[in-house]
Amino acid sequence: MTREEALFRAVLRMGDNNLVLGHRLSEWCGHGPVLEEDIAQTNIALDLIGQTRNLLTYAGELEGKGRSEDDLAYLRGEREYLNVQLVELPKADYAFTIARSFLYDAFHLPLQQALTESRDEHLKAIAGKAVKEVTYHLRHSSEWLIRFGDGTEESHRRAQEAVDELWRYTGELFVPDEAEELLAKDGTLPKLTDLKAEWSATVDRVLNEATLKRPADGWMAGGGKKGVHTEHLGPMLAEMQILQRTFPGVEW
Amino acid sequence: MAKDQQEALFQQRVDDEQKIEPRDWMPDEYRKTLIRQISQHAHSEVVGMLPEGNWITRAPSLRRKTVLLAKVQDEAGHGLYLYSAAETLGVSREQLIDQLLSGKAKYSSIFNYPTLTWADIGAIGWLVDGAAIMNQVMLTRTSYGPYARAMVRICKEESFHQRQGYEILMTLCKGTPEQKAMAQDALDRWWWPSLMMFGPSDKDSPHSAQSMKWKIKRQSNDELRQVFIDRTVHQAEYLGLKVPDPKLKWNEQTQHYDWGEIDWTEFNEVIRGNGPCNRDRMAARRKAHADGAWVREAALAYAGKQAKKKAA
Repeated sequence: MTREEALFRAVLRMGDNNLVLGHRLSEWCGHGPVLEEDIAQTNIALDLIGQTRNLLTYAGELEGKGRSEDDLAYLRGEREYLNVQLVELPKADYAFTIARSFLYDAFHLPLQQALTESRDEHLKAIAGKAVKEVTYHLRHSSEWLIRFGDGTEESHRRAQEAVDELWRYTGELFVPDEAEELLAKDGTLPKLTDLKAEWSATVDRVLNEATLKRPADGWMAGGGKKGVHTEHLGPMLAEMQILQRTFPGVEW
Repeated sequence: MAKDQQEALFQQRVDDEQKIEPRDWMPDEYRKTLIRQISQHAHSEVVGMLPEGNWITRAPSLRRKTVLLAKVQDEAGHGLYLYSAAETLGVSREQLIDQLLSGKAKYSSIFNYPTLTWADIGAIGWLVDGAAIMNQVMLTRTSYGPYARAMVRICKEESFHQRQGYEILMTLCKGTPEQKAMAQDALDRWWWPSLMMFGPSDKDSPHSAQSMKWKIKRQSNDELRQVFIDRTVHQAEYLGLKVPDPKLKWNEQTQHYDWGEIDWTEFNEVIRGNGPCNRDRMAARRKAHADGAWVREAALAYAGKQAKKKAA
């Protein structure tokens, strides 16, 4: 794998992670538990999709085959999507949505912080803006997870169940693929093992304040980074891509 | 002071174009009318998120998706300002939401029509927001201060919504025959319901005369509807679309369009709950509220614990 190929793959993955999570969050729009949360989740979805647009545009340039952000978002099938499985799981209840966002945000923030020092100027520029946004995302998801953990008996139970259920999907965040390994060597990307230490500290701090238990590390799911997904991604993409697939080559 | 004297003073202030503020004396009927109207407006923003939200996950490009998300988010924000404006009149948001969910309070009937294709998202921006703006611009000069000020903010965002809707349709009309047919179909379905948004004809509008006297309203339903038609027909021509009204014709004498007859039976049926989506809309709002109950309880319980800790 050349450096260009590796960078294309890594940038695509960052875009896919954000797009898929942004899609799941946007599913709450109009259905949130309180109007303020409709606004907050929409806002976060907007940030994530905004970052996606920059990342996919850049990926298209790296690839050099003339693919636009929309070609990459709308015309790849599920086996070509490289996101981690964590972000594609259905939104379920609000505890699940919050816990999933928290586990991702706690990874996403140190990633973006590290990218502000990337040797890749483009990623550096994207990260410069994203850090502010993702700082807010992590604050939002942490605060709600703490409210749930330390709220009522029911909210505590739901939050603990969500964290337990999601735990097996967190391992994949920190297992580098060939591209990520290559790019960590020359300072384009941070080492995922370094991010794990910071993620783990954030998780401990927030779970502790939320009076929730950190699950033991058991079997971890994986495959998303290679394009092997859960059964949930296909239907999500089918919905997202319907107009582009039904009317190929048309301007919208 | 005697009540009729207070009423006379109140009317004098309204006639002098002074804004009425929350602590001022006001007739009970004025207060009731405003609570009804502002909460209905707030509910419309919130229910209105549903038909457009229906297309967020299917928006055909990342740019369109972003714009639509931002638009629906604005609507949630408008709902919040309007609930706050209503709260200045002495009702709580909880009470108002209960009235919506129990079916006691109304919301704009337009949102009981379905969004079946992507062109409907364009038509809602162009026609529905376009019609809403006519009303809202008038309301920036309404006599009740908090309502007027909320409207100033809302109007700025709504005109952006209308432009983005029109732009969606422009793109479709410049596109393939299938896309243009999609746009025409959307206009065919949304035209008459949009005209109904201005409410019953003046002669059949039960609250209109008093609202005009109190300057809650400043233009009649029929006046606003005519301005909307005159303006919108040109925009349809520019798109190359045909307005679905065989009686539509420019009248040199009046310098306005003559037009056909609204189907008031349909209008009344939709208000009564028999529109295509009334049940779905209410079911979605009730489900969101019921599913969110434990979330709201948890937030309260946590805030209570924190307050206790602080006090200790």
